[in-house]
Amino acid sequence: MSTRTEDRTGRPPVALVVLAWVWVAAPFLYGLIALLLKIPALFAG
Amino acid sequence: MSPTSARPGFLTRERIVAPPGWTRWLVPPAALSIHLAIGQVYAWSAFKGALEKGLDISGVLSALPFTLGIVMLGISAAVFGTKVDTNGPRWAMAVSSACFVTGFLVSALGIWLGQYWLVILGYGGIGGIGLGIGYISPVSTLIKWFPDRPGLSTGIAIMGFGGGALIASPWTASMLSAFGATGNDPDPNGIALAFLVHGVVYAVFMTMGWLLIRVPADGWKPAGWDPAKQKARSMVSAASVSAANAIKTPQFWLLWIVLCFNVTAGIGILERANPIYQDFFRDASPAQTLTAAATAFVSILSLANMLGRFVWSSLSDVVGRKNIYRMYLGVGALLYLALTLVGEGNKAVFLICSMLILSFYGAGFATIPAYLRDLFGTYQVGAIHGRLLTAWSTAGVLGPIIVNAIADARADVAGPSKYTPAFLIMIVLLVLGFIANELVRPVAEKWHEPERAPKDEEARA
Repeated sequence: MSTRTEDRTGRPPVALVVLAWVWVAAPFLYGLIALLLKIPALFAG
Repeated sequence: MSPTSARPGFLTRERIVAPPGWTRWLVPPAALSIHLAIGQVYAWSAFKGALEKGLDISGVLSALPFTLGIVMLGISAAVFGTKVDTNGPRWAMAVSSACFVTGFLVSALGIWLGQYWLVILGYGGIGGIGLGIGYISPVSTLIKWFPDRPGLSTGIAIMGFGGGALIASPWTASMLSAFGATGNDPDPNGIALAFLVHGVVYAVFMTMGWLLIRVPADGWKPAGWDPAKQKARSMVSAASVSAANAIKTPQFWLLWIVLCFNVTAGIGILERANPIYQDFFRDASPAQTLTAAATAFVSILSLANMLGRFVWSSLSDVVGRKNIYRMYLGVGALLYLALTLVGEGNKAVFLICSMLILSFYGAGFATIPAYLRDLFGTYQVGAIHGRLLTAWSTAGVLGPIIVNAIADARADVAGPSKYTPAFLIMIVLLVLGFIANELVRPVAEKWHEPERAPKDEEARA
């Protein structure tokens, strides 16, 4: 099992690091884009 | 522990001690998966309209789960802080996830049964406990992994708390719309379903956090980092102070004042951002454009609040914690003054001042754990942080009361001058906070734990 391998070698797979960051970055980007879309109204008119 | 003893439990600290070679860059996403979830609490207003119309309840009642949640956040952080430090971050993050998710599920059940008290108990009570434990649990772990950049690490996590609302706000609105829970006659079953889906999705999302979290092994330090250099150039202490002793020191209460007044000053704008914008620029745009612009102004403040948590907190690693709070409080007071004197009609000045004030507000939250670590060490920094969050609860009451009371009393005054007294009070509070920060000195040696105490404590846990 991957966890056991990870514990033996100590170094987590790069894919796990990438997946972990994508896991949190994807929803964050969704929220950020939704927010940025509202901002042009501030400078309209 | 002897080699023949049983393997420690899955949630215990011993089970998650990182082996050599483990990368510390897995810890921030683990922390973020908790903070991005519990930050949803600031998007509670997305549910308010549906709850009021769908369940026929008042605005006060619909706000109650949120208010109770924030109160429980402060209480649970203060009460369970020591347990969070003792049991370790996996236990704390798992408990936080369980409470937060249960809050949604109990609320869904309450709406289905038409028992609104279950929503208050579930989201506000049970979920609120999850907020408090979840807020402090990853912070002390990050500080231990990033002794060279504590401001950056806590900035990432606490920015996540701001980002949680950013995600939940549009997501909740879309979900309510998809389940027929919008408009003048929202379907209560649709609202309940939205709560259920929130609970399930957050359960999955937060699981990554408590599965991935690790604590550094005793004696671990980042490659190339020399603690002696850091100590030589700042107020950073190598000593440890327990949570019980920390609250007996003047430093704790000075930081309590700093946090409380900094937060109060930020709430001064945040609480009434929409009407403030409309009062400042009422003559500049047609009514419809003004309303849309005011909504956009609230959004841009959220962005400033979130980015400030990361940018200024990271900068504190370079310039020092005391100096960065000088900026938050001193420059913050000047910005309020500029807003009062030249903000009217000058959109650029108004926007820049407001955004900076809100960025300092967010940064005040993000930098405080690193300040605590500098003064009291990493020993029980989570528990000390938990106790300090009572300043947040106090400010959460104080700020809106000041701003709303003054605005109500001056309801007949038109334009920006309606807010002048409130802004002047904010300036006074920021100056008082500035003075409190100036009085902060390193903690006296009599409060330091004996040299070996942290390791002994961890061994016991």
